[in-house]
Amino acid sequence: MIWILVFPLMIPFVTAVLSFLYRDRELGRWIAVSGSALAVLAALALMKQVLSVDVVAGQMGEWAAPFGITLVADRLSAIMVLLTAISGLAVTLYATAEIDQTLENLGFHAILQILLGGVTGAFLTGDLFNLYVWFEVMLISSFGLLILGGERRQIDGAVKYVTLNLVSTVLFLSGIGLLYGVTGTLNMADLRGAVAASDRQGVLTVISVFFLIAFCMKAAAFPLFSWLPASYHTPTFAVSAIFAGLLTKVGVYSLLRLFTLIFDNEDSFAQDILIWVAVLTMVTGVLGALAQTEVRRILSYQIISSIGFLLLGLAIGTPLALAGAIFYLMHNIIVKVLLFLVAGVMERLSGGSDLRFTGGLYKSAPLLAVLFLIPAFSLAGFPPLSGFWAKVLLVKATLDVQAWVVAGVALAVGLLTIYSMTTIWAEAFWKAHPDGREPVVDDLGPDKVGMLTPIVALCGLSLILGFFPQPFITLAEAAAAQLLDPSAYLAAVLGETAP
Amino acid sequence: METLLSLTVGMLVAAAIYLMLQRDLLRFLFGLTLISNAANLLIFTSGQLTSGRPPLVPEGAKAPLPGVANALPQALVLTAVVIGFGLFAFSLVLTLRAYTDLGTLKTDDMRVAEPREEEQDA
Repeated sequence: MIWILVFPLMIPFVTAVLSFLYRDRELGRWIAVSGSALAVLAALALMKQVLSVDVVAGQMGEWAAPFGITLVADRLSAIMVLLTAISGLAVTLYATAEIDQTLENLGFHAILQILLGGVTGAFLTGDLFNLYVWFEVMLISSFGLLILGGERRQIDGAVKYVTLNLVSTVLFLSGIGLLYGVTGTLNMADLRGAVAASDRQGVLTVISVFFLIAFCMKAAAFPLFSWLPASYHTPTFAVSAIFAGLLTKVGVYSLLRLFTLIFDNEDSFAQDILIWVAVLTMVTGVLGALAQTEVRRILSYQIISSIGFLLLGLAIGTPLALAGAIFYLMHNIIVKVLLFLVAGVMERLSGGSDLRFTGGLYKSAPLLAVLFLIPAFSLAGFPPLSGFWAKVLLVKATLDVQAWVVAGVALAVGLLTIYSMTTIWAEAFWKAHPDGREPVVDDLGPDKVGMLTPIVALCGLSLILGFFPQPFITLAEAAAAQLLDPSAYLAAVLGETAP
Repeated sequence: METLLSLTVGMLVAAAIYLMLQRDLLRFLFGLTLISNAANLLIFTSGQLTSGRPPLVPEGAKAPLPGVANALPQALVLTAVVIGFGLFAFSLVLTLRAYTDLGTLKTDDMRVAEPREEEQDA
């Protein structure tokens, strides 16, 4: 029973060690790919188990909760673990073609696997301090990936990324310390009861703001997002893609978890702030994207904009809004990874990632044009692609609570997103290349299969989400219901002691 | 004792924020070290202090006597110290690389990844 929880965590770490041992040979690369494939299988097994028993929980070292460290997976965790594994496999495969031997010798695949392990751990843990440790695992390996190669602009981006992320880490840690001081427990399920029963609600509200700020910073929410566009365009495309898909989403996941499970007051102070944070995040994100001409910087600002939509779901907090946010997570992780991977191919073919110096890809590489159009219009929310359903759910939820202004802003942001995506389309695909080059997909040479396979596969997934959304929306609704009524979660973690 | 430690935490945080507001990467880093140590002290203090009663299980007993010091905050601090040390070491090396590669520690001048408009066109 417990192994099903441990496998998705153990596989990346074992893969990391093995691929590090063989990093200077072709074998190391294929160990990383097969390890990632195994992780997908483990995540699928976990998902299957969660669907049949609702919540899977296990106590590490047989120390009963709330004293030991709990690993626990409800539907949201299982969804996130599966998405992590899928993005991990896609990016690892892409990296085998994109990354050169020099970076592999430095242990690229091992660090990537540790990053995936850290992210998975953050999704599976049921203990607040353990969440902090997983955040650190994730953070230190992301530092490594960010500076691997050591170019000047990578160092420059890393300075901002590292310093601001460390500040949020300190806030997170202080929040944990204070919360422990007030409640005397760190187990998330146990904290729910302890926080509700505490007579020091004022202090607890202050503590909840510590977590709010720390996780908003990790999620790159307004106004704490400046580290993201400063750094995400500097490393290799594979690294950008995995960062874009997963790292900010871990912040969003933590917010979802903490502010539904632990700080779950009706008149929550956090929720009033969150709704405006969400609105400002989506607006600044999309406006930032419009001001840029470098593909990855445009996409980085688009990440910020979609974080706004995710936070909106949490801020409204109705079952439909949470389901919308969870569906948006599924759609967004896949689409964001995809867009950065496509950007990598675009750069390789046209010799630059600044829109002013590229062009002509539609004529010479129509396949790539299609592979770009699917995620781009999905992000913009064109029916029947996956982003459309996500936005329908969220906007519907916003209208249901009569937040007309917020709904209007969300729709306007969608419109601007279309504009920003068509800018990339017009500049990189439509107009003629300024140097008169006509790059074709075959220019990728032997890297063609490795680079295009994950892109095509993720495009397929995105299309499935778009054309057959009902089972996924049902899953998102079930996950949202579990967040709003965590009795199954509490019972699974705390056993008989649950109220 | 708690009051004294709380004041220490407050002073550390104030000094750290002063340092972190400077436009110099090295000072920022020192500020970060101070504030992460303040966070460690905060965990230690908020776990409540008990002096002279170590959490030892007497011979033959299965659990420590009631009223002994809480060992958990210390374990948490120890973990946080180790992690903090690793991160600090990394940041220090990164700062050194930034100084050698970018030629400056002034955060205002670090614009390689995000060039200003006029530099971009040049």
